[in-house]
Amino acid sequence: MSLLQIKDLSVTFDSEDGPVHAVNNLSLSIDQGQTLGIVGESGSGKSQTAFSIMGLLAPNGRTSGSVTFDGQEILGAKPKTLNKLRAERIAMIFQDPMTSLNPYMRISDQMAEVLTLHKGMSKTDALAECTRMLDAVKIPAAKERIRLYPHEFSGGMRQRVMIAMSLLCRPDLLIADEPTTALDVTVQAQIMDLLNDLQREFGMATILITHDLGVVAGFCERVLVMYGGRVMEEGPTDPLFAQPTHPYTRGLLAAVPRVDDEDAIMKAIPGNPPNMADPPKGCPFHPRCDFAGEDCLVMPPLEPFAANRARACRRPIEKVAP
Amino acid sequence: MFTFILKRLAIAIPTLLLLIVISFLLMHSAPGGPFTAERELPPQVLANLNAKYGLDQPLWRQITTYVWGIVAHFDFGPSFVYKDRTVNQIIAQGFPITLTYGLISFAVAVIFGVSLGVAAAIRHNSLLDYIAVGVSIGAQVLPNFVMAPILVLIFTLWLGVLPGGGWQGPEYWIMPVIALSTSFMASIARITRSSMLEVLTSNHIRTARAKGLPERRVILRHALKPALLPVISYLGPAFVAMITGSVVVDIYFSTGGIGKAFVDSALNRDYAVMMGVTILVGALTIFFTLVVDILYGWIDPKIRY
Amino acid sequence: MVATTENSVATKAVAKGRSPWADARRRFWRNKAAMMGLFILIAVAAFAIFGGWAAQWSNEELDYNVMGQIAELGGPSFANGHYFGTDDLGRDLFARTVQGTQISLAVGVIGAIIACVVGTLYGATAGYFGGRIDGIMMRTVDILMAVPYMFVLILLLVMYGRSITILFVGIGLISWMEMSRIVRGQTLSLKGREYVEAARATGVSAPLIILRHIVPNLAGVIAVYATLLVPLMILTESFISFLGLGVQEPMTSLGALISEGAGTIAYGTTWQLGFPLLFFCLTLFGFFFVGDGLRDALDPKDR
Repeated sequence: MSLLQIKDLSVTFDSEDGPVHAVNNLSLSIDQGQTLGIVGESGSGKSQTAFSIMGLLAPNGRTSGSVTFDGQEILGAKPKTLNKLRAERIAMIFQDPMTSLNPYMRISDQMAEVLTLHKGMSKTDALAECTRMLDAVKIPAAKERIRLYPHEFSGGMRQRVMIAMSLLCRPDLLIADEPTTALDVTVQAQIMDLLNDLQREFGMATILITHDLGVVAGFCERVLVMYGGRVMEEGPTDPLFAQPTHPYTRGLLAAVPRVDDEDAIMKAIPGNPPNMADPPKGCPFHPRCDFAGEDCLVMPPLEPFAANRARACRRPIEKVAP
Repeated sequence: MFTFILKRLAIAIPTLLLLIVISFLLMHSAPGGPFTAERELPPQVLANLNAKYGLDQPLWRQITTYVWGIVAHFDFGPSFVYKDRTVNQIIAQGFPITLTYGLISFAVAVIFGVSLGVAAAIRHNSLLDYIAVGVSIGAQVLPNFVMAPILVLIFTLWLGVLPGGGWQGPEYWIMPVIALSTSFMASIARITRSSMLEVLTSNHIRTARAKGLPERRVILRHALKPALLPVISYLGPAFVAMITGSVVVDIYFSTGGIGKAFVDSALNRDYAVMMGVTILVGALTIFFTLVVDILYGWIDPKIRY
Repeated sequence: MVATTENSVATKAVAKGRSPWADARRRFWRNKAAMMGLFILIAVAAFAIFGGWAAQWSNEELDYNVMGQIAELGGPSFANGHYFGTDDLGRDLFARTVQGTQISLAVGVIGAIIACVVGTLYGATAGYFGGRIDGIMMRTVDILMAVPYMFVLILLLVMYGRSITILFVGIGLISWMEMSRIVRGQTLSLKGREYVEAARATGVSAPLIILRHIVPNLAGVIAVYATLLVPLMILTESFISFLGLGVQEPMTSLGALISEGAGTIAYGTTWQLGFPLLFFCLTLFGFFFVGDGLRDALDPKDR
């Protein structure tokens, strides 16, 4: 049985301009110890998917469908049930380490409360464990630095603190929501290396949400490409990147600047992402798609077409041998 | 922290001295002396009076004597009107009363205001929230001098449950405290609510929730401190306004605090008492601003002077 | 990186082509509380301006028919033309309330204008020059903030006589400091903009830059603050008049009328408190609602 199973998840926000459909009929599953990447542009619904797993949607958000964790339904579960899972079994790290830590509390207090609350540890034991974890994420002089406030750390160091804090209870699943987006490029690589090492060491399943395809290629076994709140294509990382069959996936890959091939032209996808308050009819990508036709006005279902691969497209670019 | 307090004091003390000098000069520049108001006095009597109160001395001499008296002996000199009383005696009589109902009102405004604001924010868009918003908007237009007659009308004249004025026991405190605290409670509730709503949408609160903390702990440990920062900066002006409001309370409820002394002296042109009260209130304001600054620095770790 | 990452909100705004001012105006007109506030203000202003024509009595005439029996005969009545009843001396409360509303509105608006002009110029100057000048100017404001103004204003009124000019100026002069702080902060961020640099580079003088390039861009902030300042001015004036130190007879203000009404409630003449109080509260409500609405429209935090 998979660790996390999402079926037909939809997320809708009520706004002044009417309902905004952030996520539409999304399904995915992840097994123990697996790594899954969710890729998409801003507004594609990837972060909202993560928030709805954790029950962290904004108050005007509504969900439907089903999210089961370890066989237990957690979508719309009571806060008590969710609080038992949060941090202890599912942990999350966020995009902006500058604001995601509480600026008014010492790192020691912020970290220790996770352990005293979930594991019933004494303050002293909790602090010792927190220091060990800060060592594990390679924060130098952790014993002294744990007494500091977040603003006394650099961005990269803060993200390390966030990672350490999320791993305190050895969760089964870690959701990393754009963990490197707000950081400098050099620091990004360090953080991804660290996450890679920790994932191997602790063996937790990981969902990495990002718009950076390079990060996904180095980290994830499987990838899910989202656009306009829907899954466009999914499959194992290497074949999917080597032979993208959905026009959007191909567009994404073409928009990545390549270091190894200087002659390659970086092509931006023409047009803009859809306005989710007024999404296009049918396939959300069709207004920007070179291959679109009349039949794209009806949303295609997500269908398997090769080993472990699936896509939602009526005009796939090429057939892949099964 | 210690140097921070020292630095603040370094600003506070000259401010206070300046305040004393300014009020003295204001007083001095008043058209006509303090004894010319009522009727024409014989020149000899006037000269005697001026000599008695030191008004025949050169200006700088008067100022230094006055400042020195306050700084060294906490002595505001004699009253110009009551021949047998000093300013200190007049203030000492009213000050404890003002302090009593003032502090109670302040506590009531802060405690109820913050609780109401927090409750409204965490039950955003609920009936409780609408009631809290309604009450705080309504109470905004009910300053002390509006509340005072309304309270007397309801509780003394119609219901007959509370004494209309005087200062003889706790039941005499109730109406002054309500009159003084209502509008401030409303403002504090409004500020708390909107800053709490803003804090609750911030990223670090999302982190706290992701850590599986119970909502209670999220609010009390993670959201309350930052949400209170704007409230704390409001406390300074609120305190000053409350002291000012004590003038109305003293007049309307005959509580006999320093507000009464101030208005009486204003009507009698007793400049010595007016100066004394003004300086005392100024000193309290400066002291309170200092306390608020320290409190702010204590809550927000980013402020390190 | 994906080259197409675009902010969808920005796209939407471009698509509909709304200017920030038009956007703000739309938000303001949609705000029900602000609309109600505006309606109340128009009604109160109409009452102050045209109420005099509807009055059957002047504000100074004594009605000898009710004198001595105010509690019994002086109540609101259409029969004898005292719509709001009479005051303790037998004067028509309707006419008095009209006059009080006029004075209170005038004090509020003029006081707010004085505070805005002084505060804006002071704050813009401090912010524009920066450095030592800024330090000295803002430190001065810090020190002046510690002065208990209500007391000083009362002192001034006592010493120089209770004139309405001193009241107007005094109330305006004690309220400019908060304004100057806000304006200074905004100016600091404005002066780094290209158009200000460009003006400076072409040799435009400092006062002209402040007046032509800085102040107009502060219009929104100033408008919001001024609207919220008016009720505070009215409150201050009413407070002083309540103590009997403000406007003097035969002139009157809402605060003075409330004071008179409050003094006589024990004799059962509740209307003497009620009508002035009603207009006082309505006026404050109106300004607060409109001010809040303007602030929300110009600085939408919730979106």
